[in-house]
Amino acid sequence: MENYQSLNSVFHALADPTRRSVIARLGSGSASIKELAEPFGLGLPSFLKHIKVLESSGLIASEKVGRVRTCKLRRANLIAAQKWFDEQRAAWESRYDNLDNLLTSLKGEDES
Amino acid sequence: MKAELRFDFLVDEEKSTLTITREFAAKRQPVWDCHTKSELLDRWFAPKPLATKTKSMDFREGGHWHYAMIEPNGQEYWSRIDYQTIHPIDNYTLLDGFSDDTGALNPDLPRSRWKVTFSDLKAHTLVETIVSYKSPEALQQVIKMGMKEGLTSTLERLDELLLTLN
Repeated sequence: MENYQSLNSVFHALADPTRRSVIARLGSGSASIKELAEPFGLGLPSFLKHIKVLESSGLIASEKVGRVRTCKLRRANLIAAQKWFDEQRAAWESRYDNLDNLLTSLKGEDES
Repeated sequence: MKAELRFDFLVDEEKSTLTITREFAAKRQPVWDCHTKSELLDRWFAPKPLATKTKSMDFREGGHWHYAMIEPNGQEYWSRIDYQTIHPIDNYTLLDGFSDDTGALNPDLPRSRWKVTFSDLKAHTLVETIVSYKSPEALQQVIKMGMKEGLTSTLERLDELLLTLN
């Protein structure tokens, strides 16, 4: 059950545009909280709430070295969500291959 | 030849939609028929290796399609589609949902709305399906359901992956 829970929190985390921007930014490398907060013009306390949601969803991890807290992406958890979409895509692909075959066989039936 | 047929699959997490666009090497009427007649749907709708079995279908606005997808081992997954609007041979909209074998909808699971649009692409036909969920939470719930029930065997691999994440 824990596993289902973790994917739920991933989607909760991804449902917010600020948090998606943070994920996108971290995709190109680790960054400090200060660097991450800069583009948003949010107060640090509200920005930290977003960081907390992202951390508890397992999408990012943070580490404090000296006075600087650095965040990094945990890709495996993002991949889990992506995986579901990949499976959907594969299902549609297979379904439509069947339809190609059916349409081809219908043409044959018309001609015969 | 199939490799030349356009296929796009777009995910919009913000709007909670999937948009599937596919080209078919046939005219619009037969492609429309394949989507709207149960005897034809039974021949393609379930992805491999599952089979489709229609229990009842009434293709009109307010009508429904009650069908099962069946695994090779005989396990059945029932669904019910309720048609909302129909404009032959251009587009139709429906509500998709999980049901039991009597056609009673599972009230615990969200329904998705589909808009299926057919258009001409030279001698071919382009079909665009937009699958919309009410909210990211509804989408989450379906994802969770997929993992729990294992709608297709491929989803079991997702379970295995998730076990390695904690």
